[in-house]
Amino acid sequence: MTPKVKTEVDCISENCPMPLVKTREAILRAEEGDVIRVKGTHPQSFEEIPMALDAMGIEILEKTKDGELWTVTFVVS
Amino acid sequence: MQNRSATIILHSGGFDKIMSAFIVGNGFLSMGIPVTIFFTFWGLDALRKNGLKKAPLSKMNMLGLGRFMIQRRMKKHNVASLEELAGSFKRIGGRIIACTMTMELMGIGEKDLDESLVDEYGTVGKYCYVSKDATITLFI
Repeated sequence: MTPKVKTEVDCISENCPMPLVKTREAILRAEEGDVIRVKGTHPQSFEEIPMALDAMGIEILEKTKDGELWTVTFVVS
Repeated sequence: MQNRSATIILHSGGFDKIMSAFIVGNGFLSMGIPVTIFFTFWGLDALRKNGLKKAPLSKMNMLGLGRFMIQRRMKKHNVASLEELAGSFKRIGGRIIACTMTMELMGIGEKDLDESLVDEYGTVGKYCYVSKDATITLFI
């Protein structure tokens, strides 16, 4: 699956709680239907960003992990 | 989502306690849950102009050495500063109420507080009114 990403959020090397905060900021700026990809290296955020998306009822399109680097891609709804 | 919200009473003025309040606040806001922090007693010092810069650690402050050391470690581990955490809290919709009863007790005027942080002034009635429908409330 190769979703067309509108916004990339770079959280590489950021620590708690900034990956969550930056994801939320991107959602607040986005329009419905926009695809956002968050990338980072903070291990817990790879688990907790999906939790925040679940709390907001946002569905995840794709999750990838390559060594430390992970991405979470979702559509704003 | 609409019916969930969180309120936090920040009663403490320690750097670490203020940090906890803002981190948890940012966490809820990041999940789309509205957050109000009610600053009272020692917590009010955090709202003073440059208050976030001056807040002492609640333990092992050692005349500011402890705070200096923790701030250095925060930088090393890429942890956002207290000012950054307060800034993002406000940017993603966090609301701050300053307790006017404590302000009177401590001789703090509105002009002494950082107006970029404070949204509203109020006393216990406002905290209780906001909290009565909150699903989460914390006392720090």
